[in-house]
Amino acid sequence: MQKVLIIGSGGAALAAAVSAKENGAEVIVVGKEYPTRSQTCMAQGGINAALYAPDSIEQHIADTLAAAKGLANEEAVTLMCQQAPSAIAWLDAIGTPFSRTPTKQIAQRRLGGASHPRACYAQDYTGLKILHTLYDYANKLGVTFVNEHFLLELLTNEQKQVCGALFYDIRNGRVESIQASSVILATGGYSKLYHTHSTNSKAATGDGIVAAAKVGAKLSNMEFIQFHPTALKSSSILISESARGAGGKLLNSSKERFVDELKPRDEVSLAIYRQMQAGQEIFLDIRHLGEEFITKELPQERKLALLYENVDPLTELLPIKPAAHYTMGGISVDLKMQSTLKGLYAVGECSESRVHGANRLGGNSLLEIIVFGKIAGENAAKNKQEVFVCSEEKILHAKEKLQKLFTKNPTKNIYDTRKTLGDLFYEKCGIERSEKELQTLLQKIEEIQNSLNDYGIEDKAHNYNTNIVDYFEFENILYIAKEVATAALKNDTSVGAHRRSEK
Amino acid sequence: MKITIRRGDTPETFEVASVLTLLEALEEIKQKQDASLSFSHGCRSSVCGSCAVRVNGKEVLACAHKVEDGDEVEPLRNLPVLRDLVVDAEKALQTNIRAKAWLQEYSDMALSDEDEQRNALQSDCILCGSCYSACPVFSVNEAFLGPFALTRDWKYVVDPREASPKSKIDAIQQNGVWDCTLCNECTLVCPQEISPKQDIEKLRAKSAQFGYSDPSFGSFDGGFGNNFNDGTLQF
Repeated sequence: MQKVLIIGSGGAALAAAVSAKENGAEVIVVGKEYPTRSQTCMAQGGINAALYAPDSIEQHIADTLAAAKGLANEEAVTLMCQQAPSAIAWLDAIGTPFSRTPTKQIAQRRLGGASHPRACYAQDYTGLKILHTLYDYANKLGVTFVNEHFLLELLTNEQKQVCGALFYDIRNGRVESIQASSVILATGGYSKLYHTHSTNSKAATGDGIVAAAKVGAKLSNMEFIQFHPTALKSSSILISESARGAGGKLLNSSKERFVDELKPRDEVSLAIYRQMQAGQEIFLDIRHLGEEFITKELPQERKLALLYENVDPLTELLPIKPAAHYTMGGISVDLKMQSTLKGLYAVGECSESRVHGANRLGGNSLLEIIVFGKIAGENAAKNKQEVFVCSEEKILHAKEKLQKLFTKNPTKNIYDTRKTLGDLFYEKCGIERSEKELQTLLQKIEEIQNSLNDYGIEDKAHNYNTNIVDYFEFENILYIAKEVATAALKNDTSVGAHRRSEK
Repeated sequence: MKITIRRGDTPETFEVASVLTLLEALEEIKQKQDASLSFSHGCRSSVCGSCAVRVNGKEVLACAHKVEDGDEVEPLRNLPVLRDLVVDAEKALQTNIRAKAWLQEYSDMALSDEDEQRNALQSDCILCGSCYSACPVFSVNEAFLGPFALTRDWKYVVDPREASPKSKIDAIQQNGVWDCTLCNECTLVCPQEISPKQDIEKLRAKSAQFGYSDPSFGSFDGGFGNNFNDGTLQF
């Protein structure tokens, strides 16, 4: 029987897992958290599918390609959009509680860049409800979960085929190897590079992308980072695009509108950024939507605004700023979700599947994880590759590296540097980037990398050491930082989310 | 301000600056004072369910609790503590499998808005474990299915797309629906305002429709269900 190792345990991982299982493979899902705690639960707006006329699959394809600004692959986009209606039907069939219309249709709302209301939703808990339904279905199929294991490195054989991975068991500090006939990375994106200026979960540190790059997999479009226009100003907590879809307005300090709120995210974020550069404060106004609508359709938003900004959106303006939200770049994959390495597949935000190009449309990321998750699972299950036995040498080497970490005493603080790096990236590699600023940024990254020996772990315990997890994530973010800044410097053309300035 | 955190058997007091949420306070301690402090967290938006702890004897999400001077923080109950505020959730998650909390058999039908509203609240569950921690039944019956798995079952039982609600009702007779004391502690701590107690009551009514009855009827055990017997059904 084919053995499929899936690394990561969010929506993309679960879609891949159930698909591999249905295709007859033995499946093991290994994640650094628990499945239902992944980034997918934070997706609010919806999942795109052209279900009912006058919307059409052709329109969905056209909107996606237009937002991608020439950097998407038409074949990949067509594949995703064509399979969207059947993906929704499948999610319905496993029990996803989508909101409904009075005429018993699946309710849809319009998100930025879409020519029709196309995002199927479940209040503002779309990601949460899809993720939990996938989890229940995976339990039904008997998928094996190994939780709280941090990916250390991918294993390859002499033919450069990927055939397993090494993990750090967070609960007991042991190094474990898992071999498989194919490996699917579904480890998420790297928006946490921007640290406090990101809407993402703590865990979005690009772990799988780094592991793949280190064994030679090709990365692409790493400079394309989507800034969500409406994050709460002081905390970067996300206020869903559905707030604008429903008629929420963006206002500056003079309480004037300055942009069409339903343009794609890159354009709205840029307009906000320009206003902020000119000294304006920016607000989201949803007061006119009324209490009934906000309570039913946007239940999270009011709670979070009250908690983090002490502002009640029913009666007050919400102070907002753009924040890093989604990373378009990642492990380059083909239409089978296979990377440039045999045996290694990637899906979801960690992959660059050529559907988002220079800017992802709201509602297309949940769609991608379902449609492409199923494709990844199916292909990985069919990959006839022998399970390779990992050499003891690799495990010993990883153990030695860990041992060193446990014996040295750091003189620099990883937490301080994560914050510094995040602030620097927001400033120098944010919505606009100039050659000069990117060069300064790269220099700073190299300085940190050269002093890596001064960093380490203060907590030397072997049981549930979250300090070492933070350290692993710090190392990964540093690797990602170099990749992003280098790619941003190399690309001197302004397109979509990558905007070069002459400053 | 000062907060006290239970670490193993000993409470430890930390001085924290005026911060917004407990999670921010915990992060500040870890980053500036003691890197060994262990706690779980993720989204900081109250939706990933990672950061549930107890504060002053009540379950809260650390990311949604505004910290106050003198707060006493401890890990969730009824689960093995791995370290400081981190608990091992594996056993609790197994209850979803024991309760068969999934759509067993799909019945192809178009749902109305009202149909969807029937379990919209139950499907807001974030599996944070707060209700599991607050439930007093576990102290007398470790095998109890617990509040969230039962709410999850109700979510599917009430869903018109479930063609086999009986599969779930059958799965929750033993150490399940009748073992609850209806004390309502689960409801009081749920950050999503779900009431597992109400769902359990509805599951009991549904169980009766399928011919099951409360096994404690006819036995004089003071209303504690079958906690003290072998859990077999008495008809």
